[in-house]
Amino acid sequence: MYSFDYKRPSSLDEATQMLRNSDDGHVLAGGHTLLPTLKQRLASASDLVDLAGIEELKGISSADGVVTIGAMTTHSEVAASSEVQNAIPALADLAGGIGDPQVRNKGTIGGSISNNDPAADYPAALVGLNATVNTTSRSISADNFFTGMFETALGDGEIVTSVSFPVPHSAAYCKFPNPASRYAIVGVFVARGSDGVRVAVTGAGASVFRAREIEAVLNQGFSASSVADIQVSDEGLNEDIHASAEYRAHLITVMTKRAVDKANG
Amino acid sequence: MSVTVSMIVNGKSVSAEVDPRTLLVDFLRVDQRLTGTHVGCDTSQCGACVVHVNGKSVKSCTMLAAQADGAEVATIESLAIDGQLHPMQEAFRQNHGLQCGFCTPGMIMSALDLVNVNSNPSEREIREWLEGNLCRCTGYHNIVKSIQAGAEAMSEV
Repeated sequence: MYSFDYKRPSSLDEATQMLRNSDDGHVLAGGHTLLPTLKQRLASASDLVDLAGIEELKGISSADGVVTIGAMTTHSEVAASSEVQNAIPALADLAGGIGDPQVRNKGTIGGSISNNDPAADYPAALVGLNATVNTTSRSISADNFFTGMFETALGDGEIVTSVSFPVPHSAAYCKFPNPASRYAIVGVFVARGSDGVRVAVTGAGASVFRAREIEAVLNQGFSASSVADIQVSDEGLNEDIHASAEYRAHLITVMTKRAVDKANG
Repeated sequence: MSVTVSMIVNGKSVSAEVDPRTLLVDFLRVDQRLTGTHVGCDTSQCGACVVHVNGKSVKSCTMLAAQADGAEVATIESLAIDGQLHPMQEAFRQNHGLQCGFCTPGMIMSALDLVNVNSNPSEREIREWLEGNLCRCTGYHNIVKSIQAGAEAMSEV
C-alpha cells in the first residue's frame, strides 16, 4: 500500500469535512474491496476516512412497507435480520450469499453499492426492488444510481447513508457464481411489486441493468415458462476467461427462470 | 505518519504506535509476536488469517490494525488454557483434521464463529461455512468431521 493517513470521524459532518480537506481522501466502509485494491497499489489515497464510528449509518428499520438499511450495516447483519427475513426474504438470502462468512462480517451495503463492481450482488437487489439510495445530500433512485463499471452517481465527498427498499409482493435472486471467486458470472434479481415486474441483471454487463424484454413477458404471466422463448442478445455483454458473452446471455434466461420459480415458492 | 492503536488482544490490553497501513494480521504477528495467525494468500480468500474481532470471525489480512482500535481481538493463542487444548482443537487432533497445519488456526477460529451462531451445525452447514477457508492438503473431509465433533464436545461442557 502507498502511505495514507487514517481518520475515524464520529459524525457525518465531520466525515464530510475530512474528505473536503483532504487531497485525495477515500471513504473506508468494510474495506473488503478498497483494502485489497490499495494492497495491490491499484489505488492510492491521501486519507482513509473510516465510517465505522458513525452510529447513524448502522441498523435496519422498517415502516409503511419500506425497509431501510443503514450504509454501514454488514452483509451478515442483513442476512440474519428477522426484519429483512420477514419483509424481503430475497434480500436476506442475497446478503447471505455474498463472498464467505468472514467477508460478510465486514462488507457493507453502502460500500458494495458505492464501489459498484460489475459482478456484485447488491446492485441487482437495489435495481430489482426499485430501491432509493439516500446520501448526505439527496435521494437517488437505484435506476439512476449505477452509471457504469465501478461508477455511480455519487459526487465528490457525497456519502451513502442508507438504502430504502419498498417491500415487493414476491422476489428472488439467483446467481451463477464463479467457482473460485464466488462473484456472480450472472445474477438475476426478480421482483413483483406494485408497479409490475422488475428484472435486474448483474455480472453480465459493465454495470447492473434491467432486462426489459423479460420484464414485459413476466408482466403477462409470472412463471418460468413465460421466459422460455426469450433469447437475450449478447451484444455488449462481458466476455472474459470465465464466460463468453453468448454464455452470459444464455445464463440470464436460466437464472431468471430459477429466480421466478423461487419467487413463486 | 503514525496512528495510535489500542485494543484488547486475548484478554490483554495492548497499545502501539503504528503506520496507518499496518494490517491487523501484521500487528498481531509482528508487534504482538502472536504468530499462530497465518498469512496464506494475503488476498482475503484462503482464511489462514481468521481471527475474532468483537466476537466475529474476520480476515485479519483485509483489515487495518487501526480499524480494530478499541476492539476485542481473539486469536488461536487464546484457546488453550494452561496447556489444555480447547475442545475444538482437541477435536481436530482426534479426527486428523490437519496435515500440514497451515490452515488450521483459521479453520478453528472460523469454526468457533460458526458454533457461536449455530451450536449444532449439520455437515452441509459446516461445508457452506468453510467457503472462506482453504485447505491445500485436501483435508476437508476430516476438517468437517472435526468441527462436528468439536461442536458436540462444546455443547457438553
